[in-house]
Amino acid sequence: MNNRVVITGLGVVAPNGLTIPDFLHAIQNGISGIRFVPEYADLKFNCQVSGIPEFEWEQLHNYITETSLYGLKGKGIAYGIKAALDAWTDAGNEIVSEETLWETGCVFGSSVADTDVIKIAITRVDAKESKKLGSRVVEQIMNSGITAYISGRLGLGNKIINNSAACATGTQSILMGYEYIKYGMAKRMVVGSSEYVDRYVFGGFDSMRVLSRKFNDEPEKASRPMSLSAGGFVPGSGAGALVLEDLDFALARGAKIYGEILGGSTNSGGQRNGGSMTAPGPEGVIRCIREAMADSTVTAADIDLISGHLTATIADKLEIENWSRALNRTGGDFPFVNSLKSMIGHSLSAAGSIETVAAVLQLKYNFVHPNLNLEDPIPEILDIIGANNLPTAKVDKVINTVAKANFGFGDVNSCLIISKYKNN
Amino acid sequence: MNRKEILIELKKVLAPYTESKAMLDGINEQTDLIKDLNINSANLVDIIIDAEAQYNIEIDFDAAEKMYNVGNCIDVISEKINKPA
Repeated sequence: MNNRVVITGLGVVAPNGLTIPDFLHAIQNGISGIRFVPEYADLKFNCQVSGIPEFEWEQLHNYITETSLYGLKGKGIAYGIKAALDAWTDAGNEIVSEETLWETGCVFGSSVADTDVIKIAITRVDAKESKKLGSRVVEQIMNSGITAYISGRLGLGNKIINNSAACATGTQSILMGYEYIKYGMAKRMVVGSSEYVDRYVFGGFDSMRVLSRKFNDEPEKASRPMSLSAGGFVPGSGAGALVLEDLDFALARGAKIYGEILGGSTNSGGQRNGGSMTAPGPEGVIRCIREAMADSTVTAADIDLISGHLTATIADKLEIENWSRALNRTGGDFPFVNSLKSMIGHSLSAAGSIETVAAVLQLKYNFVHPNLNLEDPIPEILDIIGANNLPTAKVDKVINTVAKANFGFGDVNSCLIISKYKNN
Repeated sequence: MNRKEILIELKKVLAPYTESKAMLDGINEQTDLIKDLNINSANLVDIIIDAEAQYNIEIDFDAAEKMYNVGNCIDVISEKINKPA
């Protein structure tokens, strides 16, 4: 069984947009969501900027019940609820179903359970006040909290899975949902991922010396993928969500169709041959991209745009080399390449889903979003793919096929091939 | 504090945990927290924690088990207020 899988709904909570129209406007116009964070200066972090969505709790009033909202403290869960329910309504669905929707499931990823809520528990318990914790802690510190909230609100009855693969989480969750529909196990899947980078997670990366630290005074310049003056990534928070549907199921209900997931792959380099806990091994990356193309029956020549992982670390150069080897394309023949992280930073497990939402919007509206802060591309990257494929301003062009990949700690890779929906 | 005064205060404690706001406005001593106010049974512990803070009392396990309708809640609270822990 090989069902076609289409995208019928999008939702996003991004540092540069909390709705799809605002986010589309932001990525078309290169609007940065990176801000200086005074708290990070107080904490003596090297990196004092971050991509933080302009989220307020009252924005959830129309999303979950008042009793559910009362006592909800986990921002990662909150971002995920907003993105997932926005995608659900964008797909033309009502939020509340009386009956369980057995044909619809949810794969929603996260990397760290909410540490703000964990901190509340630690503080109370250590003060010998565990009896005052109440009933709402466990549901918010379990990794599956996010899927429990989304599926409970929507009444979803198919597979409900919380996945975690570090920075490859978001693309992996979309791939998993795609596979369940493709192989006939579900008709519709709400997929995506969320991340709330709090001070503790941020501190861990800061201590690794992998974060941008030279642009604290100029936050919008701090995230510089593929730039020679890049000095590390900028952590960000947010969530992205998509509604995936079996094509016939979507057509039967007259749904609007943004595009089609043609295929994908997730694998690992096994932390061998250049791969490690923190670095992606080239062989695994290249295999992952080639497997995604084989699964989708597109050839390398069909790919118009690469939505890269491209975080603004020393790995960018290697990533471009891997893409070039996987596609066997170089120079002027290379597809366009962009990194949404230049605008919103790297939102870890949410990166893949937010970037996929951006990729789908570029497919639908026929443009390539700009790479910010790329006035000085790394020379070795230019040697491989030239400068014309690295737009610094929006390019209006028909985009038929996008390759979207992310690579995460543990040497895990995920790649999706997404195209316009063609009725054939 | 008499039973009527406790009931008025108790309404405020219950408010965040029920979607049935109209039902809450008209509660009486027979109102069942779960059946009538549709309160999630897991939230009963939150109500007990909030009541402890509201009335500056301690509600032990045995007393808490009795608190399934408004009348029993008032029984427990009024007993604890009159005999501070």
